[in-house]
Amino acid sequence: MIPELGHFALILAAVVALMQGVLPIAGTLVRDAQTQVTLQSLARPTAALQFVLVAFAFGALAAAFLGNDFSVQYVAQHSNSLLPKPYQFAAVWGGHEGSLLLWVLLLSLWTVAVVVFSRSLPLDMVARVIGVLGLISVGFLLFILTTSNPFERLLPAALDGRDLNPLLQDPGLVIHPPMLYMGYVGMAVAFAFAVSALMSGRLDAAWARWSRPWTVVAWMFLTFGIGLGSWWAYYELGWGGWWFWDPVENASLMPWLVGTALIHSLMVTEKRGSFKAWTVLLAIAAFSLSLLGTFLVRSGVLTSVHAFASDPKRGVFILIFLAVVVGSSLTLFAWRAPRVALGGRMALVSRESFLLANSVLLVVATAAVLLGTIYPLIIDALNLGKLSVGPPYFNAVFAPLLVPTVFLIIPGSVARWRDANVREIAFKLRWAFASALGLALVLPFALGAWSIGAAFGLFLGLWVALGTAQQVLARVNKPGRIPASFWGQHLAHFGMAVLVIGITGVKSYEVERDVRMQIGDVVTIAPYTFRLNSLDEVRGPNYKAVRADVQVLRNDKIIEILQPEKRRYFSSAMPMTEAGIDSGFMRDLYVSLGEPLDDARTEWSMRVYYKPFVPWLWGGVVLMVLGGLLAALDRRYRK
Amino acid sequence: MKKVLIPLVLFIGLVVFLAVGLKRDPREIPSPLIGKPAPHFTLFTLEGGDAKFSPSDMQGQVWMLNVWATWCVACREEHPVLVAFAEKNQVPIVGLSYKEIQPQDPAYKAPFDEKLKLARERSEVWLKRHGNPYVTSVMDMDGRVGINYGVYGVPETYVIDKAGVIRYKFVGAVSPALLAEKILPLIAELNKS
Repeated sequence: MIPELGHFALILAAVVALMQGVLPIAGTLVRDAQTQVTLQSLARPTAALQFVLVAFAFGALAAAFLGNDFSVQYVAQHSNSLLPKPYQFAAVWGGHEGSLLLWVLLLSLWTVAVVVFSRSLPLDMVARVIGVLGLISVGFLLFILTTSNPFERLLPAALDGRDLNPLLQDPGLVIHPPMLYMGYVGMAVAFAFAVSALMSGRLDAAWARWSRPWTVVAWMFLTFGIGLGSWWAYYELGWGGWWFWDPVENASLMPWLVGTALIHSLMVTEKRGSFKAWTVLLAIAAFSLSLLGTFLVRSGVLTSVHAFASDPKRGVFILIFLAVVVGSSLTLFAWRAPRVALGGRMALVSRESFLLANSVLLVVATAAVLLGTIYPLIIDALNLGKLSVGPPYFNAVFAPLLVPTVFLIIPGSVARWRDANVREIAFKLRWAFASALGLALVLPFALGAWSIGAAFGLFLGLWVALGTAQQVLARVNKPGRIPASFWGQHLAHFGMAVLVIGITGVKSYEVERDVRMQIGDVVTIAPYTFRLNSLDEVRGPNYKAVRADVQVLRNDKIIEILQPEKRRYFSSAMPMTEAGIDSGFMRDLYVSLGEPLDDARTEWSMRVYYKPFVPWLWGGVVLMVLGGLLAALDRRYRK
Repeated sequence: MKKVLIPLVLFIGLVVFLAVGLKRDPREIPSPLIGKPAPHFTLFTLEGGDAKFSPSDMQGQVWMLNVWATWCVACREEHPVLVAFAEKNQVPIVGLSYKEIQPQDPAYKAPFDEKLKLARERSEVWLKRHGNPYVTSVMDMDGRVGINYGVYGVPETYVIDKAGVIRYKFVGAVSPALLAEKILPLIAELNKS
């Protein structure tokens, strides 16, 4: 009964969303003042009602999971009575149907947030923004109801479920999709503001100011979500890698890059009134890329490690939806943008010009990633054959574009608005530049071996770190209250510096050993010695595993015992790897179990890694997220 | 053309490609061998001894050739599907054990006989553990047969007709849906002719 109620709530939600999408916007188009107010005032209550209905549907699905109701097909496919409770709940978004429901739930949550925090906005603006969000919601709800109904019954009911994909049975993956979706969906708010501004023709500083905190919060979630995904891949896949240029990773990176450009461009539009058309286009692009990401992941046009949830029939729906949403907003853009007044003039060297340069670089980097991701598809569509684009392309194209972007962070944040002077900037930053250069030339010796790549990467990271520190010190010594956004900006930049240093360190100094080991065997990566102490059979709630005890010795003293596992889940033939990792401040020690090499399972292939600076990757991401949080909490947005 | 139209035009181009791409299966790789006779080979079988197998042994029946290896991760995903399929006895499946001993394996440089023995042992243990869908498996130790067949990735599956002509090739793990919707109808049709 509960699943039927959930299904019914979802149908009602689609009807309410349609009202939310059509009536308030109609209210901005009619002449009569009384009707205007009546219709526009419908925006808030319909948004709230839609949220309640979607939340009810989501709750109904969660109840089916937690109650082991295997008469619901989706539950039977993605859960199991032996699955631990927290994973049963997380299994709600463990498959295609449920993850779409989560998408819609988060969209309606964002919409309610707009309802709550829009008290100071003019009513017609609120009506348009919430209307646009409602229309997006209609599309997704129709998608769920017509192609991906999670409440479909299975008759006769299954005795037990097929279990959640073992890859997803992990705390990192429990929160990765919600965070990532919060980011994707959050971009819908920035998009809705941009489209509303285009509709009204009022692309002004007020529009930019309203958009900024929403964009920053969405960006923050997206950063966190991408970071979580990368962390998960690192410890769960057992390859020791943290970024694979997989199409699905690219799908999340593209909105992030454009979102980053958007945050900075919005600042210029607010402060100086320039780049309006560019900023609007970025807002449209950020959300379009989020939708494109959904299309790529859900339609199965590209194969990837995430391809467990693909279906070409659904792809047709998403493609049409994508075409309608993005096509209509770009048409609106082409129609309205020429009428938008140009902003103030821009000097060749000014903070504006630095920010513009950065946002162009980020957009070009996005285009490069997009091209690499869909190139196989284009070649196939043109009947030119089948091919795949691998990491070498991405590394070769991405790095040269990101290096100047990161370098420009510092001059860009030091330069004055309107008109800056190159010599003055250079003079101000001379010490930061000289110390970064000096340290970068010397530090590689201390880290093991000098190489041009290591020195260059370190220079870039140190330059941003020191340049940021210099600006913070200068500001702290001045009187006056420092706004939260100042801390946010510099914390995020500092996080970027930490990330760059981390990437450089791990790329330049990681050591990998593929070995066969029996109990008692040792492998040494100076100064650490790894000894395989024992191999034990262990049993988890829904899997059996072989667990290795690997002692890590340094100077003949045991400093850590790592316990990598090879799990075999009862419900699937795929063995799963759980790496054993010891994280320090400067390095990770990483051991993963490969395959047994003999029948008695006493000899195993193992991978042993020394991975310097990996914790810095996660540290950098966390700093960026905190930076975003501080920036969004700035007091001036709360008026 | 107006500058403001550029994003729209680019987007329309993208949608066209996505729409065409949607009709394609990224795992269906065209093979120049389709419609051509299956390349000849004679290889030791898994079962041991000096028994050999060659495609001409299957002359007169429709059969499937499935490329696999114990080191292949995707094969483990595919394997239960093949085992269930083989139980229905609709078509004989011959396994091609592809480069069982990989170059990074310490045993790689051992003499051929030793390598063959090791590969047979490993494969047998693996098949015992996961089930054996094959009427026989042949040992392509150096991968030369794989090269002749244009093996692109393991697993791969070929459908070969009564006359020994390759009719279909699939790269990647076959799914129950693919077997039911594409391969079985094809086999039924080939059996009729």
